Amino acid sequence: MSKIREAFQNGKAFIPFITCGDPDTETTYQAVLAAARNGADLIELGIPFSDPTAEGPVIQGANIRALAGGITTDKVFELVKRIRTEVSIPLVFMTYANVVFSYGSDRFIKTCSEIGIDGLIIPDIPYEEKEEFEPYCEKYDVDLISMVAPTSEDRVTMIAKEAKGFIYIVSSLGVTGMRSSFSSDLDAVVAKIREVTDVPCAIGFGISNPEQAEKMAKVADGIIVGSAVVKILEAKGTEAPESIGAFVKEMKEACLK
Amino acid sequence: MSKVDKKGRFGIHGGQYIPETLMNAIHELEEAYEHYKNDPEFQAELSTLFNEYANRPSLLYYAKKMTEDLGGAKIYLKREDLNHTGAHKVNNVLGQALLAKKMGKTRLIAETGAGQHGVATATAAALMGMECVVFMGEEDTKRQALNVYRMKLLGASVVPVKTGTATLKDAVSEAMREWTTRVEDTHYCLGSVMGPHPFPTIVRDFQAVISKEIKEQMLEKEGRLPDVVMACVGGGSNAIGSFYHFIEDKEVQLIGCEAAGRGIDTFETAATVNTGKLGIFHGMKSYFCQDEYGQIAPVYSISAGLDYPGVGPEHAHLYDIGRASYVPVTDDEAVEAFEYLSRTEGIIPAIESSHAVAHALKIAPTMDKDKIIVITISGRGDKDCAAIARYRGENIYE
Repeated sequence: MSKIREAFQNGKAFIPFITCGDPDTETTYQAVLAAARNGADLIELGIPFSDPTAEGPVIQGANIRALAGGITTDKVFELVKRIRTEVSIPLVFMTYANVVFSYGSDRFIKTCSEIGIDGLIIPDIPYEEKEEFEPYCEKYDVDLISMVAPTSEDRVTMIAKEAKGFIYIVSSLGVTGMRSSFSSDLDAVVAKIREVTDVPCAIGFGISNPEQAEKMAKVADGIIVGSAVVKILEAKGTEAPESIGAFVKEMKEACLK
Repeated sequence: MSKVDKKGRFGIHGGQYIPETLMNAIHELEEAYEHYKNDPEFQAELSTLFNEYANRPSLLYYAKKMTEDLGGAKIYLKREDLNHTGAHKVNNVLGQALLAKKMGKTRLIAETGAGQHGVATATAAALMGMECVVFMGEEDTKRQALNVYRMKLLGASVVPVKTGTATLKDAVSEAMREWTTRVEDTHYCLGSVMGPHPFPTIVRDFQAVISKEIKEQMLEKEGRLPDVVMACVGGGSNAIGSFYHFIEDKEVQLIGCEAAGRGIDTFETAATVNTGKLGIFHGMKSYFCQDEYGQIAPVYSISAGLDYPGVGPEHAHLYDIGRASYVPVTDDEAVEAFEYLSRTEGIIPAIESSHAVAHALKIAPTMDKDKIIVITISGRGDKDCAAIARYRGENIYE
């Protein structure tokens, strides 16, 4: 069974996203520890990419800060090894296809497996292109996470049937970033998924406060929060980890309401 | 449905590497295009637009003075610079705007580098009564302020893109982001033979009118096919348009001229085939300028239209199988060719097209007089005059 399932055993899951190396690896290390100790069930670690086409301005900014700080894929791997000495909850990478491909898909995914990365989220790999990485993910037992969007419609069943780890439900149209409203059809999307699989569903894109967390957690098995976490890093830099811990605690409590 | 849809591949290149949010929109576009490309009514409408609005067919001009001056192969220029809006871009834009209109879309979005594609898209939107939003790197809006004004004059709104290097690749990223936000009524009018399938095929088909005409005009004038067809390559739309109907004619040599910037041994280059490696970006697998960790490189060329870190997947494939060759041309060489063609033939070529002219200046003298070269002049150079003057040390601003 996928280790990612464990993240959904403690009530509705709270999944924060942190960009590795923003603004430096020590801050990421402390932020991940703070998140894990304050109730995060799974952590999504971003490997920066120069041109993150699925991200809004906040996470784009994190990518720029991290790359300017000298982060590389190899340094991210070293960071994860260090995190793994302290943190046992599931961890997944979120990055772009070219970061994986240019490293050598086999070598990248083999390394993920060796250092304790349980899954991969790659927004520019839709169902039609998953053969690019899936054979390696199967070989090394790393889950390639499927995404479902409000525009997926007739594609939901096809995607859900083959989903591994968890299903990432995109809350609304557009890129990542805080927003005040979400697609009204999320219940229907989850119901459609439930018809064909019991793989857990988590909703992400735009969730930033406890009220939204509570509301969205009722719809699915968990929620993903990226830009709101990155905002704290943007504002507080190396001082951010403590505030991130407090934010995670508040959001997890909201998920459990 | 098959497990993996292999449509849209050129050898190993191409594909549909885009967010799930866009997949249904891309499939809708694919289905609409499959339908309309075989629809005689659509083709007739497009043909009318080409001939009566865009000034097609464009001339195939025998450059007698240039030929005599170089003393080698006979040189013909395919005059895409004489099209309405001054470049080949209009061929693709009229096709896509017509397609979008048939699909019931009311809004066009586009990326632009120098502004040529943005101006062409704004033109088509004005003609067809559609809303138009153009994304342009903030750097480029400053370098090409006049084109920003042109787009606004044509009724489009221009969004300066401040992210990344604030140039063409960032404008493409931002247009893609905008499309994920609003897919229902919006068509993304991509400007080159790049991005996810079906764009490389759609844009190629609309630009293929260039090689179709070259072939007919050449047979009429010379009674035979040319020996060499050459064009500049950024994303590669005028080049693939110039090559397409000659791909099966193996005796015709196809040469793409890439922007080497300050040289392919420097980091200030945009020569993707010559310096890039295989990657996945902006929806496609192809060659890209990138670092060892796959971060896309900030490329450079004097020509904003060639200043892109990737190349269309069909070009990557033509390179792989050895059917076309891709040569680097530096800023200096392109500027010299820009000046040469202006004073020799009285034709001011776009700085993009000047890259192809520059390579012809190198090879024509080495070829026999009974050989024939066709150079596609993808656009007119009026837009570049101030920048080239500054390159030559003159203090001229638009």
